[in-house]
Amino acid sequence: MEFNQLLMIAISVIFINNFVLSKFLGLCPFIGVSKETRSAFCMGLAVTFVMTASSIITWAVYSFLLKPFHIEYLRTLSFILVIASFVQLIEMFIQKFSPALYRVFGIYLALITTNCAVFGVAVLNSEMFLKTAGNFSKALLFCVTQGFCAGVGFTIVLLFMSGIRERLELCDVPRPMKGMAIAFIVASLMSMAFMGFAGFRF
Amino acid sequence: MKRLFHEFLKGLFHENPTFRLALGLCPTLAVSTSIVNGFGMGCAATFVLLGSNIIVSSIKNLIPGKIRIPCFIVIIATFVTIVELTMKAYFPELSKSLGIFVPLIVVNCVVLGRAEAFASKHGVARSIFDGLGMGAGFTLALVLISAIREGLGNGTLMGLVITKGFEPALLFILAPGALLVIGILIGIVNYLTSLSPKGRG
Repeated sequence: MEFNQLLMIAISVIFINNFVLSKFLGLCPFIGVSKETRSAFCMGLAVTFVMTASSIITWAVYSFLLKPFHIEYLRTLSFILVIASFVQLIEMFIQKFSPALYRVFGIYLALITTNCAVFGVAVLNSEMFLKTAGNFSKALLFCVTQGFCAGVGFTIVLLFMSGIRERLELCDVPRPMKGMAIAFIVASLMSMAFMGFAGFRF
Repeated sequence: MKRLFHEFLKGLFHENPTFRLALGLCPTLAVSTSIVNGFGMGCAATFVLLGSNIIVSSIKNLIPGKIRIPCFIVIIATFVTIVELTMKAYFPELSKSLGIFVPLIVVNCVVLGRAEAFASKHGVARSIFDGLGMGAGFTLALVLISAIREGLGNGTLMGLVITKGFEPALLFILAPGALLVIGILIGIVNYLTSLSPKGRG
């Protein structure tokens, strides 16, 4: 039963309700960092990690701080603060202990601090699982699954997009449409393709 | 006075946050399915922009430079919470259809961008007009996009039926339509800018 639910969350978040193409979360990095495949992959990995970790942290904040004291209206304020400081902490930690890793991922971590996809996962988790579920550990499992899979979905779409854009560089695009404009139209076509997944029935 | 008015106008056209600066695209695309939604989102964002610009510009000398971004985020989050609660209390329908994009104003790059790039360097009066102008430009872009999408996708404008004998293309209400419309609009704006000699360079 539980496994079925987890699988459903995973497929839904990766394909059907993909964060970028159907929920419009994280468009800035999607357009900004998708020019080459290597950096797109690094960005995807960093986002996946931060999303999973911040799902756990916001779960803890919500169930042990906001809920017992009945201050759920401070959700926005507390989530953004916790996520932003957590990302800063990770950045400092990596910079100190692994300069090589920092050279690869550092700049992407800085970009993630106020990424709406990361914050969106936290808010969606709290709307979908934390408000209703009485069982803490079950809610944690759902939150982590959704966070991780949202990151995977983001990475997949970012990789597709960067592959297309690398080829697009060689194409003869009308001048006013160059850059961002054509990127959005490519994204629109991809989103149409992803709409096909909406036919999945459970 | 003329200078203040200039701050207001630049947000509307020359530095329009959506088309010229490409900031805050996520909420723009997500909520622009109908004009009412678009306008509601625009107003909410304008209020947050105005509030955060006023507070940031008036306490800019008290904030240490190193931790200014977290400070800005706390100020912005406060105003977003005000908007969120007010909307839930007085406009429950709108709050439901905007969904998670109301709390997401907090990570809208337009708001943080103006706090960092303008309000932390200028006085209160100019920041007020900058906030109002940017908010108006954002609302204008939202209403424009949502009018196109609502008209083509649903055959209505603000709920009034405008099309007869034309089958509305549902695609424009769905996700791909939003990306298509913004792509074409950015292309048109680029083209218009390249026509006028002033916009070049």
